[in-house]
Amino acid sequence: MAELRVNPTRMEMKRIQGRYQTARKGHKLLKDKRDELMKQFLEVVREDKKLRERVEESLSRVYGSFAVASAVSSPKMLEEALICPKKEGELHVDYKNVMSVTVPVFQMQLLSEGGSDGYNYGMAFTSGELDASLRELSGIMEDMLRMAELEKTAQLLAEEIERTRRRVNALEYILMPQYLATIKSIKMKLDENERGNTTRLMKVKDMMLKAQTVQKDDGEDVWEDPMQPTEA
Amino acid sequence: MYKVAIIGSRNAVLGFMALGFAVSEAENAAEAAKKLHALARSGEYAVIFVTEQYAEQIQEDIDRYKDDPLPAVISIPGQGDSTGYGMNAIRRAAQRAVGADILFMDDSE
Repeated sequence: MAELRVNPTRMEMKRIQGRYQTARKGHKLLKDKRDELMKQFLEVVREDKKLRERVEESLSRVYGSFAVASAVSSPKMLEEALICPKKEGELHVDYKNVMSVTVPVFQMQLLSEGGSDGYNYGMAFTSGELDASLRELSGIMEDMLRMAELEKTAQLLAEEIERTRRRVNALEYILMPQYLATIKSIKMKLDENERGNTTRLMKVKDMMLKAQTVQKDDGEDVWEDPMQPTEA
Repeated sequence: MYKVAIIGSRNAVLGFMALGFAVSEAENAAEAAKKLHALARSGEYAVIFVTEQYAEQIQEDIDRYKDDPLPAVISIPGQGDSTGYGMNAIRRAAQRAVGADILFMDDSE
């Protein structure tokens, strides 16, 4: 693992050790966040899957009866029957916070005019199949909106999970090993310096001792090591 | 206050008119994409349903709104049987989150 290019000093080492600790704490927190997000996500997706199956089944029934309805009445008449809705839908959007992801909550408000039965046409010129398909359609509208809400939630959560997963991985496999390698290399360099120092001292002492003996042999003034206790 | 829109071929979306949805007819995928962007840009629509037959072809355009809280662009089956595209969208989201397809594995067996 590539290490950071920093000065191999004790201070740098301390600094990087601090950063490593922070990274470790962050990693743990992000991992917890990812796990919880995943849990929420799976719940949403399971519900969404069930709902979608139901909606798709209903819709295929709706299209079936709608096809019959459009077969037995002229397209113009059909359009005339549908074009002016009695129901006017307004959608309330609230926002919910799921693990710091803002997700929308939809709520449909139907503004029906004066106790309408929901059919915006007279019964005289339209077929019964149209009624059936419209009844089914208004029945699944709630489900469709709930499905939209869940699917949007799933998409947003998926994005957040992906991002969190990347962060966790970056910390785990890049940043933290990098810090560890740097700390290790600084430590090794410091130890090496320490050893170098020791050997240098030993070498100097050796040289001094040698010089002492040579001087003694020559009979000149003996150099006395101030560190050594004098014989007297 | 927001509204709900639906984009699809004429026959597929006509019925939704009665529900008070804003109905956008599109003859082909390119038109559907154009209408989708127009609806999304207006900011009035929180939910935009797109029938699967078009959604499949304009996936890139739909994906543009994937990471924004609004609008929610959701595919629904059009006329005829469901192509499974809508289910696929959930599968893709799961794949994106988990990194592997873990949810639907038991189904394919």
